[in-house]
Parts: sequence; structure tokens; C-alpha cells
Amino acid sequence: MSQAKSRWFGYRRRLANGLLGGFALLATVLALLPLILLLYYMAARGLPALSLDFFTKSPKPVGEPGGGMANAVVGTLVLIGLAGLAGLPIGILGGIYLAEFGNNRFGWAVRFAADVLSGVPSIVIGMFIYALVVLPMRHFSAIAGGAALGVIMIPAVMRTTEEIIRLVPSSLREAALSLGATQSRTILRIVLAAAKGGVITGGLLAIARISGETAPLLITALGYNFLSVRLDQPIASLPVQIFNYAISPYDDWHAQAWAGALVLVMLVAVLSLAARCATRGRLRMVR
Amino acid sequence: MGCDCKIRTENLTVSYGSFQALKAVNLSLHSRRIIAFIGPSGCGKTTFLRALNRMNEIIEGASTRGRVFLDGKDIYAPEVDVVSLRRSVGMVFQRPNPFPMTIFENVAFGPRLHGLARGSDLAELVEQSLRRAALWEEVKDKLRQSAFSLSGGQQQRLCIARLLAVEPEVLLMDEPCSALDPISTLRIEELMRELKRNYTIIIVTHNMQQAARVSGETGFFLHGELVEFGPSSRVFTSPEDRRTEDYITGRFG
Repeated sequence: MSQAKSRWFGYRRRLANGLLGGFALLATVLALLPLILLLYYMAARGLPALSLDFFTKSPKPVGEPGGGMANAVVGTLVLIGLAGLAGLPIGILGGIYLAEFGNNRFGWAVRFAADVLSGVPSIVIGMFIYALVVLPMRHFSAIAGGAALGVIMIPAVMRTTEEIIRLVPSSLREAALSLGATQSRTILRIVLAAAKGGVITGGLLAIARISGETAPLLITALGYNFLSVRLDQPIASLPVQIFNYAISPYDDWHAQAWAGALVLVMLVAVLSLAARCATRGRLRMVR
Repeated sequence: MGCDCKIRTENLTVSYGSFQALKAVNLSLHSRRIIAFIGPSGCGKTTFLRALNRMNEIIEGASTRGRVFLDGKDIYAPEVDVVSLRRSVGMVFQRPNPFPMTIFENVAFGPRLHGLARGSDLAELVEQSLRRAALWEEVKDKLRQSAFSLSGGQQQRLCIARLLAVEPEVLLMDEPCSALDPISTLRIEELMRELKRNYTIIIVTHNMQQAARVSGETGFFLHGELVEFGPSSRVFTSPEDRRTEDYITGRFG
């Protein structure tokens, strides 16, 4: 090959390399831009309305200044608690089943159903719970809202738990079995211990996901303008309160909606961060 | 049976699907000895080992025929409890596989499982097991640390201690030194000689020097067949079978 030709290939290679790197960087910036703008805009609009009152006071009637979203903050926590109570045990145990015993047609069917369920729009799940819980009870309730969020959690928790448990090296199972442990002991004491960090991460991410759900709550938990923790009554939640305030014609409600959005995003960020920390622990444990 | 054998196999055959990994193995193994099995990769020696505590059963598609007697009792008989069988025939694996817990918890896992000891008795049993595995001096000040803080060789001795804590009779060792450096290997070998006094040890190894060093008897597997079995001193100096000679002199494999 002549020297000129090889130099030409050298230029071309460097050009291709530079172009690809440039496009990748550009795409990354474009992907990050909305997030940065969102965070900036939300902080700019939400921070001024954020005060101690926001967390301690319930909404004031229209026209009266002040008041906060204590009802929605507490309501969201109650709903998340209920959803976790329903969704985490079912999801985790289902994931254990799929990973340890699910290599059959039934396991395949469950896996497929979970994948379909996680793709179902959340409003549809809200309608399902409306028919199943709200109609028989004849009114909206925290229970119904928690149930709707729990159903949304189940497939996510189940599939991540399954994936994590599959990652546990089979040598650990064999070690426990060769010590004379039964299969159930092996799963509960060894496999789950090794997968603990990952399972916690999966649960936290699922909770982060449902904490922003709005549509299913509109037709299950409805919303409530006063602080309440009664499970058989309608209950407020941050997403629904934000929705109601955002479509209202009042400026001070708009400001509170921004503050609520900021709090909600912070909640999700904290949960994701906690999930990251738990994952770091898992990597150390399982190697 | 007139012999004082610990383990005896009769036409032991193991298949994975349609592949025969082990073909009609007949063997008698005496107690309180070290017995080594050598052979090229995929020759069936690990399968043989795993047949002795029914660990092949957890592999999908594996089927076992023939019989295995432990102290004269068929371990594949329907009334045998596989959990108590595995307790008396323990296994050390190729790569150290400590549990994701502290050093103490690793050793205490088995005794707790079987309700052997609690409280200070348990602590004593853990110490005793770690001593017998020649690890106590190195870990006595860090029992509450993660087992992963130990070196590979220490982890393997921890796995042996974990096994000794449930008081087995037979130790199956599947290439226990293949992931260890020469010094750790030497320590494990010393430990095996020490343990021979109380246990029957069956070791699978790729390292023929190791087999010659530690074992009283050696068996050679090839393509699922037990080609030769006899005292190590004879097998390694004047093998009866041509294939054994070819293997130990490095002509194939």
C-alpha cells in the first residue's frame, strides 16, 4: 500500500471517530436538556411557595391566602404504604417463584402476564380497581387507591426480584444444600440474603414509579381537602392535588402546585438515590 | 458385606439427557483415607463425586441408575432423606463459595440449621471447626467481618470449617485447590492429611502431583469410564492400563 493511501485511511478513521464521538455527546446533551430545564423551572417556581406551612397546613378555602399540602403529603405516604403492603410481598414472593421454580409452562405464562400487565396504562388499572373496590364500597377510599398502586407495583417488583435472584451464583445454593439445608431454607436464608440489596432496589424503584401516578388515583382515592388517615375514606395525594391546583384559575394555587411538584420530584430522587446505595451493597455481597 | 468400606457403588451410571456422563462404575472406598480421582475435563469424575451425595439431582435432566451404598445402606433408596444424607456427606467446591455473611455466621449456619448448638455451645463449636480447618489463628479477631474479606485460600478453608461444623463422615472435594495459589494449596493439602484421621476424603483433581502427594488410592476416569483404580503409589509408577499411562505421562489430555 502506498504511503499516501495509508495516510488517507488514517484521516478517514480519525474523522469517523470524531464524528461518532461528537454525535454521541450531542445526543447525551439533548437527552439531559429537558431534565435540567425541568428541574430548573420547577425549582424557580416551586421554591418560593415552599415553606413550613406547606408541610404542616391543609388547604385554605379559595380566596384565603396561605395553607399548605400537608393533607397531600400525608396522603401520598399512606397510599405508598398501602401499595407497598399489597405489592411488595406478592411481587417478591412471585419473583422468587419465577426464579426458583418457574422453568415450566406456568412460569412462562406468569412472566408473560406480568410483562403485559406492566405495559397496561395505569388508568385502566384504576378502572379495574374502581369496578372491584370502589363500586362495592359505594365510595372512593384510600384502600382503593392503595390497591390500584399495588397492582401497578406487582409486575415491576416481580420481574426485578426474579432477575436479581437469577444472578445469585448457583454455587451458593449448592453450598447450602450440601450442608443439608432444605430447598426452602436455602432460598430464605442464603439466596434471599445474597439478593437482598437488589430486591430492596427493585422495591424502591417500584415505589418511586407509583408515587407519581395520578390517573388511577383520580378514580380510586379521589382526593380530600383535609388531613385524613382514614383508610375507608377518600384521601389526598400529591399528584392529584397538583393536578387540581394546576387546572384551577388561582395564582397562589398554581404556586402551590409547583411546590408540590418539587416535593414529589425530590421524593422520587431520594428513593432512587437510596436504591443506588442498596445496589452498591448488593454488588459487594454477591460479586 | 465383609469389607469395611465406607462407600460402595454398583453399576453407578449417570446421564444428562441422552449423554452418559458416567458408565457403570463399580468401586469400594475404605473409610479414613484420602481417595483421589483424576482424568481429563469432562471425564465424569465430578459427576461421580456429585452422585455420592445426590447433588446431581438438582441438575435438570440428570438421571442416576445403579446403586451407591454408604455404610452398607443404599442412598438412592426411596426412604432415604436426602437432607440428612447431604449432612453426612458434605462437599467442598471448586471455587470458594462462602455465604454473604460474617465469618462466624458462615460456620454457624449448618449447626443452627440442624439445631446442633446454641449460645456459648455454638461459639465453641464454631471455634473448634475453625481450628480443625486450620483457620482459627488467622480469623479469631475478625469473626464479625464479612467472609469476603478473607483471601481465596482462607475462604476455601472457611468452607471446609463450615462443613466440619455439621459433623459429616465423608468429605467430597471437587478440585478444591484449582482457584488457589501454591502456598494456599499446600495448606489445604496439609489440612486434608490432618482430617484423614477422622474423615473419609474423596478428592477430584486436575493436578496429578497433588493426587500422588495426598491420596492413598487413585482412580482414573476417561469418557465416563473408570479405567483404573488402585493404590496411588502403584497407579502413578506402574499403571496397568495403557490409557492411564498415556494420561499420567502427559501424552494426551
